[in-house]
Amino acid sequence: MYEFSRGPLVWIAFIVFVGGTIYRVIRVYQDSKKERVVHPYMSLRHGIRSIAHWLIPFGARNMRMRPLFTILSFLFHLCLLLTPIFLLGHVMLFEQSWGVSWWTLPDSLANVMTIVVVLVVIVFGLRRIAHPVVRFVTRVSDWVLLVIVAGPFVTGLMAYYQFLDYRTVMIVHMWSGALWLMVIPFTRIVHMIFFPFTRAYMGSEFGHVRNARDW
Amino acid sequence: MKFKTTPESLVKDSGLDESIKKLTPERIAQVINRVLTRENSARLQVYLDTCVHCGLCAEACHTYVSRDKDPLFAPVSKVRQTLWEMVERKGNVDGEFLRNAARIAFTECGVCRRCSMYCPFGIDMAYLLLIVRRICSLLGVVPVYLQDTTNSHAVSSNQMWVQQDEWIDTLQWQEEEAQAELSSVRIPLEKEGADVMYSVIAPEPKILAQLLGNMAIIFKAAGEDWTMPATDGWDNSNMAMYSGDFEVMGRVERLHWETAARLKVKRIVMGECGHAFRGAVYDGPRWLSWQYPPIPMVHAIEYYYDLLSSGRIRIKQKYKEHVTIQDPCNTVRGRGLGDKLRYVVDALCEKFTDVNPKQEHNYCCAAGGGVINCGPPWKRSRMVSNRVKAEQLAKTGAEVVITPCHNCHSGIEDIIGFYNLGMHVKFINEIMVECMEKPEESQG
Repeated sequence: MYEFSRGPLVWIAFIVFVGGTIYRVIRVYQDSKKERVVHPYMSLRHGIRSIAHWLIPFGARNMRMRPLFTILSFLFHLCLLLTPIFLLGHVMLFEQSWGVSWWTLPDSLANVMTIVVVLVVIVFGLRRIAHPVVRFVTRVSDWVLLVIVAGPFVTGLMAYYQFLDYRTVMIVHMWSGALWLMVIPFTRIVHMIFFPFTRAYMGSEFGHVRNARDW
Repeated sequence: MKFKTTPESLVKDSGLDESIKKLTPERIAQVINRVLTRENSARLQVYLDTCVHCGLCAEACHTYVSRDKDPLFAPVSKVRQTLWEMVERKGNVDGEFLRNAARIAFTECGVCRRCSMYCPFGIDMAYLLLIVRRICSLLGVVPVYLQDTTNSHAVSSNQMWVQQDEWIDTLQWQEEEAQAELSSVRIPLEKEGADVMYSVIAPEPKILAQLLGNMAIIFKAAGEDWTMPATDGWDNSNMAMYSGDFEVMGRVERLHWETAARLKVKRIVMGECGHAFRGAVYDGPRWLSWQYPPIPMVHAIEYYYDLLSSGRIRIKQKYKEHVTIQDPCNTVRGRGLGDKLRYVVDALCEKFTDVNPKQEHNYCCAAGGGVINCGPPWKRSRMVSNRVKAEQLAKTGAEVVITPCHNCHSGIEDIIGFYNLGMHVKFINEIMVECMEKPEESQG
């Protein structure tokens, strides 16, 4: 089981993630050409301007209106993306398999970042219950996604602190990580892939066509 | 999904109540699926897949904020109660569902696009609610007053059933009125090759004719070479765009542009109206598969800015009363004219206090987007939906609200009355005519 998870499963996960991402982007590109309004109005400059405003903390009025949520949200997304890529344990696996390696995070910092992800997932969950609008629009799938996102980080922490049987925890960790990667293109986590496109389009409609700001 | 009984859900409107009785489940599903799959593709799919149900759009909406943050009125909630259900149930919804969807899409959202500026992904929720309106329109489920304006567009090519002889007669009457002020004023009809065709919305000849006379005086003072058509095509308004009848919308816009082409003018200058700008410059041409309008269209705000900044119009004495402004969504968020509007107001008025939030972030008037055209049955709901505007205006301490848009004008006037703000609303052109230097004095 461990060998399968360490080898073929990782391959499958990455192939599904990369293949799924390419498929979604190509499909959206093709479909968007059927629309009268997307391609004729796209502007690189205004697209990038809009993306920049929404990637820089407090770059948009809505972020300034809710500073705590903005900080939590940026921390969450940063830790969520950086920790798995720069974790020493992950880089070592790549080095063993392919002989490539890159800069890594100190383990203590990676540990804190993982805890941040888990804590913010809990805050997001509580917000889904406490905020009347968010509660009204929350579906079962939103809860499933939160669990899928938290999975690899919770099991990663369990492995780090050697909580329960290490080998079993590692297998669960690898499976949850694989699941996380594989669902990205096919669930609402696809916002990670679509963000630059939706933002660039809106930035172009506001900036290029209408001479206005969208942040 | 069960709908809560609210005062709004009890409002009677034969355009909704009677028309849903004629629908069959097959017809509903057929129309919904056609609109979802044949008329829309990438944007709809991406927006539905990308929305993470975070609720960050809520605070952007005047309806939500004004109704004590009732979750049913947040932008995402409006989409959830309408389009999400239609998509998930593959169009298998009943008449009661459609009635509620129509109420939400037509009377509780002004498609002002403020929420797109608060969504981290820039999801165009106004577009999503316009899809709902489109579906409702094809099924005939449209508030009866709004449908009447669309019918008028379809029959008479203008919004208010104005006949051609009434149109010409009104212009001649306004020409005489303006001559009392400035004896050499003309309203030149059908002048081929003029620099400017001036177009207005039908409520101007119908109920606010003095605005036409004012504009004739301004054109005279500025020495403009201008004309107006004597035929259909003079009306630049387009309620069909908001009722979801895009076929009529396209027809209205085509006629407007073809009239300008027939008169061989260099550009169209239009009166103080927001949605007309949107229809003529964006929604109309796009429906007709034109990337951009065939000749330039200049909104009144921009035209006044050019007149004042170039010195073609000089101000004799500034307007004395304390003023503030309403930023119309379709010219400020839709054209970036916020700075020019402030330049014009500063040039005309002695005391101007800006609103907060302002420019693109200003709150909607809750009247545009076809909402006020849904008529008297929905007026109370419209007033309750914009308490935040009343509070915002009251804080300025101004006596006059300048509203360079007909929908904003009527909407703000209603709000001032409903909330007893004791203010007045004015178009820029009324203040300009009062304050500017005129080339010769009247003989009378």
